Amino acid sequence: MLKEYKTTREVTGPLMVVENVEGVSYDELVEVEVPGGEKRRGKVLEIDGNTAVVQMFEGTQGLNVSDTKVRFQGDVLKLPVSGDLLGRTFSGAGRPIDGQPEIIPDEERDINGSSINPAARAYPDDFIQTGISTIDGMNTLVLGQKLPIFSGAGLPHSVLAAQIARQATVPSANKSGQEGIEFAIVFAAMGITFEEAEFFRADFTNRGAIERSVLFINLADDPAVERIATPRMALTAAEYLAFTKNMHVLVIMTDMTKYAEALREISSARKEVPGRRGYPGYLYSDLSTIYERAGRLKGEEGSITQLPILSMPEDDKTHPIPDLTGYITEGQIVLGRDLHQRGIYPPVNVLGSLSRLMPKGIGEGKTREDHSGVANQLFAAYARGQEVRELAVILGEGALSATDKKYLEFTARFENEFVKQGDTVNRTIEETLTIGWKLLSILPASELKRVKPEQIEKYTKAVETALV
Amino acid sequence: MSEEKKIKGKIQKVAGPLVVAGGMRGARMYDVVQVGPQSLIGEIVELSGDTASIQVYEETSGLTAGQEVVSTGEPLSLSLGPGMLNTIYDGIQRPLEKIREESGAFIARGVKVTALDEEKKWDFKPAAAVGEAVAEGDIIGTVQETEIIEHKVMVPPGVSGKIKSIESGEHTAVETIAVVSRADGEDYQVSMTQRWPIRTPRPVAKKMVPSTPLITGQRVIDTFFPIAKGGTGAVPGPFGSGKTVVQQQLAKWSDADVIVYIGCGERGNEMTDVLLEFPELEDPNTGKPLLQRTVLIANTSNMPVAAREASIYTGMTIAEYYRDMGYSVALMADSTSRWAEALREMSGRLEEMPGDEGYPAYLGSRTAQFYERAGMVKTLGSEGRAGSLTAIGAVSPPGGDLSEPVTQNTLSVVKVFWGLDEKLAYSRHYPSINWLTSYSLYSEQLSGFYQEKAGDGWSEARQEAMGILQDEASLEEVVRLVGLEALSKQEQLLMHVAKMIREDYLQQNAFDEVDTFTSLSKQYRMLKAILHFYHTGKEKLTRVDFEMSDLMGLEILGEIAQSKFIAEQGMEDKFDQLEKSISSKIDGLEGEAVEIIQESEPAQAEA
Repeated sequence: MLKEYKTTREVTGPLMVVENVEGVSYDELVEVEVPGGEKRRGKVLEIDGNTAVVQMFEGTQGLNVSDTKVRFQGDVLKLPVSGDLLGRTFSGAGRPIDGQPEIIPDEERDINGSSINPAARAYPDDFIQTGISTIDGMNTLVLGQKLPIFSGAGLPHSVLAAQIARQATVPSANKSGQEGIEFAIVFAAMGITFEEAEFFRADFTNRGAIERSVLFINLADDPAVERIATPRMALTAAEYLAFTKNMHVLVIMTDMTKYAEALREISSARKEVPGRRGYPGYLYSDLSTIYERAGRLKGEEGSITQLPILSMPEDDKTHPIPDLTGYITEGQIVLGRDLHQRGIYPPVNVLGSLSRLMPKGIGEGKTREDHSGVANQLFAAYARGQEVRELAVILGEGALSATDKKYLEFTARFENEFVKQGDTVNRTIEETLTIGWKLLSILPASELKRVKPEQIEKYTKAVETALV
Repeated sequence: MSEEKKIKGKIQKVAGPLVVAGGMRGARMYDVVQVGPQSLIGEIVELSGDTASIQVYEETSGLTAGQEVVSTGEPLSLSLGPGMLNTIYDGIQRPLEKIREESGAFIARGVKVTALDEEKKWDFKPAAAVGEAVAEGDIIGTVQETEIIEHKVMVPPGVSGKIKSIESGEHTAVETIAVVSRADGEDYQVSMTQRWPIRTPRPVAKKMVPSTPLITGQRVIDTFFPIAKGGTGAVPGPFGSGKTVVQQQLAKWSDADVIVYIGCGERGNEMTDVLLEFPELEDPNTGKPLLQRTVLIANTSNMPVAAREASIYTGMTIAEYYRDMGYSVALMADSTSRWAEALREMSGRLEEMPGDEGYPAYLGSRTAQFYERAGMVKTLGSEGRAGSLTAIGAVSPPGGDLSEPVTQNTLSVVKVFWGLDEKLAYSRHYPSINWLTSYSLYSEQLSGFYQEKAGDGWSEARQEAMGILQDEASLEEVVRLVGLEALSKQEQLLMHVAKMIREDYLQQNAFDEVDTFTSLSKQYRMLKAILHFYHTGKEKLTRVDFEMSDLMGLEILGEIAQSKFIAEQGMEDKFDQLEKSISSKIDGLEGEAVEIIQESEPAQAEA
């Protein structure tokens, strides 16, 4: 029989302090009965003697000091998991909100998970074709990678994430008569609007992917603290599907900024010493316990690929949230407002974007032998083109050298032909590289230092014949 | 300490990795304690009356007030002995492969594994005889630890006397292999393993000034910003600027005998990458797999934060141990910012008064103490071996802002600064070490070595190239305002040569088989070829007013650009040829150009 305490002393923000408790353990799950009978959950954040600080997952509204009943559950917060997760929708705190009953669990798992032993990881190097040139060609995503989208308010990150989820395939698994990979999708919404969440749900439903999806939805008007648990629930589900059910899982988490803000809220309620911009000093460690749950394991079939979305306040990449994220994740896809305003979709700012796992995921046998050369050359040429463009603004186009004029032409066409593609256009990696070569052929051959001479010969010719 | 005096207390408070226990009177700072029923490992970081604040190296969930805390009476210490090379450890020297065998792909709590394989037998070859007098640090025998590293078994610091017995043959790392009878008549049992506390530097006979460079095969480093064996360096840069690739390149190609690579609070996959790649790569000096000379410490970002704080000391202590054998050791810590953040996190939980940006006030002194453990030394032991420990730390400044406390504290102690530049990384110029902001305080004291090994003109060539790059930077502002065409031809040539130095020399592809490593002599030849182009062109300009576009159109430029891909073997001939054709091609420009009549433009000719 669990003890019931009515010794709440204090309620501040998302926290409550309970006195005279006994045998309470750190991180333990707490059930709180609000006067009126509603039950909510929380966890123990600190024990000091016989006082426990409890962080509520579902808000503190309606709690009072005299009548609130607190029961310590003797166990950490766990998520029931089984194959039945697929096709279901849960609240950010893990309760079904699709009108169906609780799932029948195979087992219950601690939502905090455990860290993957670095010695047990398999290095992610299988190319995922997303059908988007700027990603496939220049910032390649691989199976088991964590690649966030750095976005800003009003930019089409949701459309892009949905397009990736829709188009992602693993070409190496399609070869030699194998069935190929169909991704299971775990979607975690944190503090986004109903409309945004609905956009994803409709997209999954319309293409019949909803049966292979698990949704955890915490909307903007749901309690902020619930968001602390949401990504952990989602990743616990993902780990179960990937490493117990051997599936390839794509985890989309949006918006990580809202998550970090919730963390700050708790930190300030605890009166902790703040780090940069009021975020707690442990923001890096905390974020890493989310992002590092992506990956592949030696000897295991499944994988977890993460696509977190975060909105950069004021489009500032040095803000603590994108900054710390970038230090943990394996690269980033940055969306650019100027491109978006010029009507270019997807507005991927390739120069600020990066995929750290790209070098080992591309090349002969993975994509094509010329991939890394073409990508490097495009990066270098576009970077140069941007400089020339600035120069042209000051000096006027007429003052540019012949080569610089070529760069100017290259840059404009690169944005309109390579970067720009509709949200329904699905390009193969060959198509992407062909466009790349076509654009590079604008430049004099002596400028192409990053590609091997024999490849220039081979592929520019191929492009010419293709155009005829 | 002895069994009967074990101090036992009870948990009072738990907050994340911090546990406060009461009833701990008598416990000492930095002693290791076992916490709770799972005996989680922790370390005392603050004492106040009866209570001790403990940072716990494992997840603390499930701990309850009233549970027992037992002090071991010993500071956090390592077992130093054969079997550390070729192994990957966590931050407190637990082998991760063993943990995997015990608990699977995910790390469970309270796993008990030994740091060294205590079953494995090593073939011990004595180097001292019975009756011989030995002092601390003397080598009494060796075992072949890996194919490339011979492990020297030393008399531990603080021990000396006469050898009473010594046994050759197969022994485990913990068995007694020799007995030393000390002056006070007591016997000391020597095994192949020594225990040493991680926060105490291992003693040496004397520190010396570094005088030889650590050759890294990375052109921008070896040529412009060299680091000495026994020196200290820092690689600060925002994310995506290639810190980890630089660190890994150094771990792969630098000519140290032993490498200690610490992944401190970084990505799991990066350690996996090292683990998978190093066994495949050959050490350029011995032809054996690189992992045979490498010790890996991995405390990734999602592993407990307190163990992250300890991990760099663990790595440093292991590095010192191999240095004591007389090896040159290079230690890479990626990234020291994560270590500093761990300090800050623990400091915050201890409710200490924060300094800059929430970091504790002692951040500076801790950083300096860490780097001061590097150096060129004369080790203990009667023959006075020379050993060196080079320490290179990556720094991850938030937002790339170098004015933040970790970077500033690091720069005030290290001698080499390789500043990574986000702009260069954007245009995929790797390694993205900025040649204008970086520096090395060792260049002068190492120039003698370079003259001797690489070529006579090394220092001049290096200085001239650096001068060209600096001139480029100042001319660039002019170009921005008035365009390239407005510059004189000499200046245009200089701008072009600067571009060649940047693109054809400084840029180096870590993923290309040949380009990933360049020997000193090839570096010299490459640089000389570019400068030869410059000199010949400049000289020609004094006589002939050729069109710049003709010069830029020369095919020889492509050959110079490709010279980085010339294989090391037989490269001298190829570079001789290259220089010859540079001369003749530039000479060939004459026909197409208009001769200047000396009298009409003497000023230009002299310029």
